[in-house]
Amino acid sequence: MDLSIAIWILILPFVAFVFTGILNGKLGKKISGLISILSIGGATLLSYYIAFQFFSGSREAVQIELGTWIKFTDSLVVNFGLLLDPISVMMLVVITTVSLMVHIYSTGYMRDEGGYARYFSFLSLFSFSMLGLVLSTNLIQLYIFWELVGASSFLLIGFYYRKPSAIAAAKKAFIVTRFADFGFLVGILLFSFHTGTFNILEVNASSGPAISQDWGGSFLGFSVLSWSLILMFIGGAGKSAMFPFHVWLPDAMEGPTPVSALIHAATMVVAGVYLVARLFPVFALGAPDALEIVAYVGGFTSLLAAILAIVQTDIKKVLAYSTISQIGYMMLALGVSGYGEAGLGFTASMFHLFTHAFFKALLFLGAGSIIHAVHSNEMNDMGGLRKKMPATHITFLIATLAISGIPPFSGFFSKDEILVAAYQSNVLLFGIEYLVAGLTAFYMFRLYFKVFWNKTSTSEVHESPASMTIPMWLLAIGAVFAGFVPFTDWITTDGVPLETHFHWNIAIASVGIALAGIGFAYRLYKSENSRSRNIANVFGSFYQLVIHKFYIDEFYLFVTKGIIFRFVSAPIAWFDKHIVDGFLDLTGNSIVAASVKTKNIQSGEIHQYAYFILMGVLITTMLILYISHGI
Amino acid sequence: MIESIPLTHILTVSTMIFFTGVYGFLTRKNMVTMLISVELILNAVNINFVAINRYLYPDNLEGHFFTLFVIGIAAAEAAVAIAIFINLYRNIRSIDVDDVTEMKY
Amino acid sequence: MAVSFYIGAALMVIFSILTVTTGKLLRSAIYLLFVLVGIAIFYIAMDYMFLAAVQVVVYMGGILVLIIFSILLTSRINEKLQKSSLQTIIISVFGVVVGAGLLTTVILGQSFTTSISKSYLTVKEIGEALLSTEKFGYVLPFEVISILLLAAMIAAIVIAKREKEREND
Repeated sequence: MDLSIAIWILILPFVAFVFTGILNGKLGKKISGLISILSIGGATLLSYYIAFQFFSGSREAVQIELGTWIKFTDSLVVNFGLLLDPISVMMLVVITTVSLMVHIYSTGYMRDEGGYARYFSFLSLFSFSMLGLVLSTNLIQLYIFWELVGASSFLLIGFYYRKPSAIAAAKKAFIVTRFADFGFLVGILLFSFHTGTFNILEVNASSGPAISQDWGGSFLGFSVLSWSLILMFIGGAGKSAMFPFHVWLPDAMEGPTPVSALIHAATMVVAGVYLVARLFPVFALGAPDALEIVAYVGGFTSLLAAILAIVQTDIKKVLAYSTISQIGYMMLALGVSGYGEAGLGFTASMFHLFTHAFFKALLFLGAGSIIHAVHSNEMNDMGGLRKKMPATHITFLIATLAISGIPPFSGFFSKDEILVAAYQSNVLLFGIEYLVAGLTAFYMFRLYFKVFWNKTSTSEVHESPASMTIPMWLLAIGAVFAGFVPFTDWITTDGVPLETHFHWNIAIASVGIALAGIGFAYRLYKSENSRSRNIANVFGSFYQLVIHKFYIDEFYLFVTKGIIFRFVSAPIAWFDKHIVDGFLDLTGNSIVAASVKTKNIQSGEIHQYAYFILMGVLITTMLILYISHGI
Repeated sequence: MIESIPLTHILTVSTMIFFTGVYGFLTRKNMVTMLISVELILNAVNINFVAINRYLYPDNLEGHFFTLFVIGIAAAEAAVAIAIFINLYRNIRSIDVDDVTEMKY
Repeated sequence: MAVSFYIGAALMVIFSILTVTTGKLLRSAIYLLFVLVGIAIFYIAMDYMFLAAVQVVVYMGGILVLIIFSILLTSRINEKLQKSSLQTIIISVFGVVVGAGLLTTVILGQSFTTSISKSYLTVKEIGEALLSTEKFGYVLPFEVISILLLAAMIAAIVIAKREKEREND
């Protein structure tokens, strides 16, 4: 089968980006929106076609070469190409579908906003970058698209560039991820130095240079290979908002809500998970200790984020922390996974990524619909919306049930697989994730009840237009039925379908704790009461700590502003301004001073000139005589 | 007569007149006297040319003709200089060389 | 005969020194006149009659008259010339003495092989040489100097003429 048509999946969004970007305002809103939707729609159809071809045929990885960019040595070359293998094709489907839904939704959401064409061009740029990232054949190409994704995210978070908080949030996102990307780059360099190649397929091969060779050397108990993988994971942790890099994601909610749906729910933040999955054979077979670190980071982050989500009052912040928590699940699942027959975690992680994209995007779009109607982000301004916004209500409820892990929605299946995988390898992590499952149900239903039940709303709100509700319904269909996709057949660590069976005990336990969480939220939030406040007072100072997000942001600010700026940057800036610039100024000023002194020679007095001429001639004559005749 | 006067004596005389003219040029303030000093210099140079031509190269006449041309050029130069002096005198009422130091830094 | 040359040379030097050190303006011009006469006589002693005639006519009759006219036009004849400061004199004397000493040393240290031929230069020969185009012909400098004189004439007229507005006052 000829899959080289996949190149069009990249070209279409890029062309839309260039078009709408260059012809910024002159096209008018309808046309620029239409161009973007058509291009991403085309990409979506192509990705479905490719997925159909790929998964119905042999599921062998296919690499399409597009050309060579740089040749460092004979073997160390940077090619550009497309890599189609199970996870990349799955990601194609996810990214294009969610992006298409967001594009259609945005025509309704952004209808009254300025900068419409700019918005769509940035959306197309982002789609292009993310699609390029998942289709990369080698680490350098991946890194390039990685940075492009970061740049598009910066542009989109700071879309309302006149708001100082939006600018600050965009800067924070970019700087935090860039800081993590430094680790990524060092990891890539270290890794490719030893393997001698950037190509992912070669590196992943079990007889390849990474897994089969011993690179020698070790540092602090980890081998060189582990260190390079840990460094690369740091980059992934930055993009995926794992602790300690999670601080940018809640602030990134300053961007428009459809942007949050696309970038910070379904696609960009899973780039870190995708990275670990991409190099999973190396992780699993060559550096299992690095994989342990991945698991613990994921587990800890999901717990931290779940606790933080409970006290948030801004709808989007609740969803942001929920995203961090769910990605922690995915990382943990990868971390506890083995290879081959023990590779359930890998499949579960990819499965959860797939279903999470649908219901989280749906949650964000629903939140956007609510915000659009109520004109506020705060939950305390909302309440009793279930009668006024029925479509939003039903789809939001479906998504919330999915994320809480209630069968038969998709979230139940994927979360259950993760819990099984964790149970099979590490009981502590299983315990953490089990607790987090309950917390997830609790805070999501807290959100649901506070928005749609609680008080009766007095203000005039109405349902959102069809351009916004239709994508929500489509995503709701995905959230319901995505659980039935046969992932264990198609996406496994080594391409061999995985044998699994249903673990009744874990399934019942997870549903049980989820129902407990829902019930607790029902008691506290369905109707107005002060029970929640009483519980908060019970927790006392711990509650204060959580409200302030454990003071992590303040700590970072202290480290950067208080320590690094004051003791490292300020002296260097002083040095640059006074010594380097001063040296140049000194050169300039000394020349000026010298010229002031010497310009007196041209005094305008003829006698002086004549005298200089006379002396000059005499001295020259004497020199010539001395040299030629030795007087 | 010529044979009895050695060439070096004539050249010494010419040197003395030359440096007298230089001294005059460096010392005098009135522009006309500076012009007079310049004429002294030119004449000393003429003596030099003629003497060497007569003593060392009697068959060529290059020194002789050079002297002729120098005289011509001196005439032209003096004419233009005097014209400038007159114009200057009309504008600043003085031909003192210390009053014309405009072309400096 | 040599004695007369030495007397003449001494007189020339004395007069040239007087030219540059005298306090009165017109006297300086007259001393210059005597120096020029001495030089003309020197040319005659060298058997260059034509050159001596040119010297008398152009230098004394042209340039010196011009200088005297300019003295009349730009200052009073009896005006005392300003003396330069002592510092200027000392510096100039120093420079001049160094220069003269250097040159004299060079000249006296040189041994010239003189060869004098008693050829009498006629004006006809001079004329032919001035206008001949072969080797040792001076027609090019001749033409150039004629253009130079033309240019000098025009320049002198243009620089020294009165501004037109003056006549309207």
